[in-house]
Amino acid sequence: MNILMAGVGGQGIILASDILAQVMLIYGYDVKKSEIHGMAQRGGSVMSHIRFSGKVFSPIISKAQCDILVSSEEVETARYLDFLKPDASVIVNRYRLSPPSVALGADEYPDISDLILEKTPHVCFIDGNDIARSLGNPRVVNTILLGFLSTLLEPDESIWEECFQTMLKGRIRDVNIQAFKAGRAAKAN
Amino acid sequence: MKKILSGNEAIARGAMEAGVHIATAYPGTPSTEILETIAKKFPRIHAQWTPNEKVALEVAAGASYAGARVIAVMKHVGVNVAADPLMTLPYTYIRGGLVLVSADDPELFSSQNEQDNRNYARFAKIPMLEPSSSQEAKDFTIEAFEISEEFGTPVMVRTTTRISHSRCIVEVGDIRDQATPTLEKHSAQWVMLPAIARVRHPIIEERIQRLKAFSNTHKYNVMEMNNTSIGIISSGVAYQYAKEVLPDASFLKLGLSYPLPDKMIREFASKVDELWVVEELDPFIEQEVKALGITCHGKDHLPMCGELSPDIVRNAILNTKDEKGSQYNLPARPPNMCPGCPHRGILWALKRNKCFIAGDIGCYTLGFLPPLEAIDTCLCMGAGINHAHGISKALGPGKAKIAAVIGDSTFFHSGMTGLLNLAYNNGTALVVILDNRTTAMTGAQDHPGTGITLEGDHTIEINMETLVRSLGIEWVETINPYDLKNARKMVKRALEHKGPAVIISSAPCVLLKSTKVSGIPLKIDADKCNGCKVCLGLGCPAIEFRDGKAFITEACSGCGMCKDLCAFDAIGGTV
Repeated sequence: MNILMAGVGGQGIILASDILAQVMLIYGYDVKKSEIHGMAQRGGSVMSHIRFSGKVFSPIISKAQCDILVSSEEVETARYLDFLKPDASVIVNRYRLSPPSVALGADEYPDISDLILEKTPHVCFIDGNDIARSLGNPRVVNTILLGFLSTLLEPDESIWEECFQTMLKGRIRDVNIQAFKAGRAAKAN
Repeated sequence: MKKILSGNEAIARGAMEAGVHIATAYPGTPSTEILETIAKKFPRIHAQWTPNEKVALEVAAGASYAGARVIAVMKHVGVNVAADPLMTLPYTYIRGGLVLVSADDPELFSSQNEQDNRNYARFAKIPMLEPSSSQEAKDFTIEAFEISEEFGTPVMVRTTTRISHSRCIVEVGDIRDQATPTLEKHSAQWVMLPAIARVRHPIIEERIQRLKAFSNTHKYNVMEMNNTSIGIISSGVAYQYAKEVLPDASFLKLGLSYPLPDKMIREFASKVDELWVVEELDPFIEQEVKALGITCHGKDHLPMCGELSPDIVRNAILNTKDEKGSQYNLPARPPNMCPGCPHRGILWALKRNKCFIAGDIGCYTLGFLPPLEAIDTCLCMGAGINHAHGISKALGPGKAKIAAVIGDSTFFHSGMTGLLNLAYNNGTALVVILDNRTTAMTGAQDHPGTGITLEGDHTIEINMETLVRSLGIEWVETINPYDLKNARKMVKRALEHKGPAVIISSAPCVLLKSTKVSGIPLKIDADKCNGCKVCLGLGCPAIEFRDGKAFITEACSGCGMCKDLCAFDAIGGTV
């Protein structure tokens, strides 16, 4: 199974993909995860590859081999469409953060839903920022997306909770568990 | 016990299991987390940030001479800075195991070049191990110490961004006790006078021959015989890509990749029909294979530039082609200086004074991007001051406004000697030290100006102004870069000064927890904004142009620089 998580530096992609990898370790898979985070705090594009199966060699996903793409920002989703398998699932947070050329008025922010639909019919938009605000913490968007993603994966909810318990502490743990559950509930709706 | 560790965390764990006593480094992507992990998780090891990589390696050499196991860590270009001690260190007797970690950056994710530091192993005549996973990163680090002490040589562990920053499962092992350092004298092996070094050189040559024999039987050089129509020699992450693409091929996997195991290579080549060498960047292995008189494929099909991927390896070996990629014209999202970053103010002030701005290595290099477009050169750590001096000397006095910008950490690293030269040789350039009290680009590491060590102890806090004056600069002013009007005025005054001038632009990085910016976003009064775009010229990610007006997003830090620029008093709110 190959999963890509995309977004913008500072959105919490690395924490979310760390939790996903830990869940798959506990579930019994070989797992590898790779990302480029040298510039993660500087607002650039960030992408994390997570791969798990009986045995994983390459830490990065090949083109046309990604099963699920999770993206916390709309235009970031469209950068990785060549990685998708024909029947891949795409989970997109309905959120637009202007790239510099858009902010300066030189480019239009593109509408990406048709671009995704050209690749796969399995697209889900989720209002992660609204849910995060309703939980009182705008920084947990990626954990909400993780909750949504978890419904497409084998491991039981209890393994996810165990990982939140061991990897996070105190209030941060509590808000993230809450956000994770909200993400699962969003899928149910 | 199984854990998910990054390659860097695994190297740190390996150092702990190997009984390392001392760890030294200057921060640099992708190597930084190795020392951070050691300091945080393994306090038994004394870990220190040094001002630069040369210092890191020389401190390491001293610790080794005292019998301690020691690890010196740096990014690939950092090894250039440490190259002076590195080339002579192998001539000296390595007492406690000494391991140099070089973290290379194929694809230049966060670097100024993509040099292949495997060449340093051959250049310095030292053995090198190349891990291809986190498990190997840990195990090879431990083995590197064993080899170092067995052969009395420094050993290099060469990682790359994809190894350092990928996470995979590691079975952790037992932690070994540290040796007790003692003082001994070995002057015939430690004092590299010509007469002694001349005697030591043949010993190095003889040692590398012994290491070659050792490499031929080493447990980390492994033949994986399978279908023999294609045989692949590979190392590092390239092995994983090739294995992913051709799981049924035969492999010669090189873990101890210098000196190369010549007999093993000959044997492997004789067993396969078509031989390939799959490696990133330079044809380091390939050239040695060809020098053995063996025909192989490699860089005739694989790129010299950039990192490899399973797709690139597949296309090269199986002669396939990627399906035509989607050609969407998406707006790019390059990294940018943060909202509220103090560098933005001083770069704006230099730009408004029409300066040529020689840059350096740090966040401020991002000021190169539009709309600021305020960086005119960037070569390596500490080069900016010397660029500015060279340009102004070549042009002659008064011909152009030449300035250099350099961060505080970079200044301590290798800017001080350049400034001394500027003063000594009657330079006229303006040097601006962007003093944000941290090593920001690599994620906020302490340095000699912060008053805190890597281990969290209180220590000296170098006063920047005193330091600059002691290097011979008489015209020195410390300014607040958020006060744009004053910054612009002070730059003008400094440029009018006949001799060398230094402005210390003093304001802490906004990412530091201790930094007090209001955090309350400003607002633009749309009725007052006439869409002149002057505020947008700062290149702040929190200001956008929407429907003919400037608009401030929730990313605003409330720093107030844009407010100072607005001639229509349209920007308000609490600052």
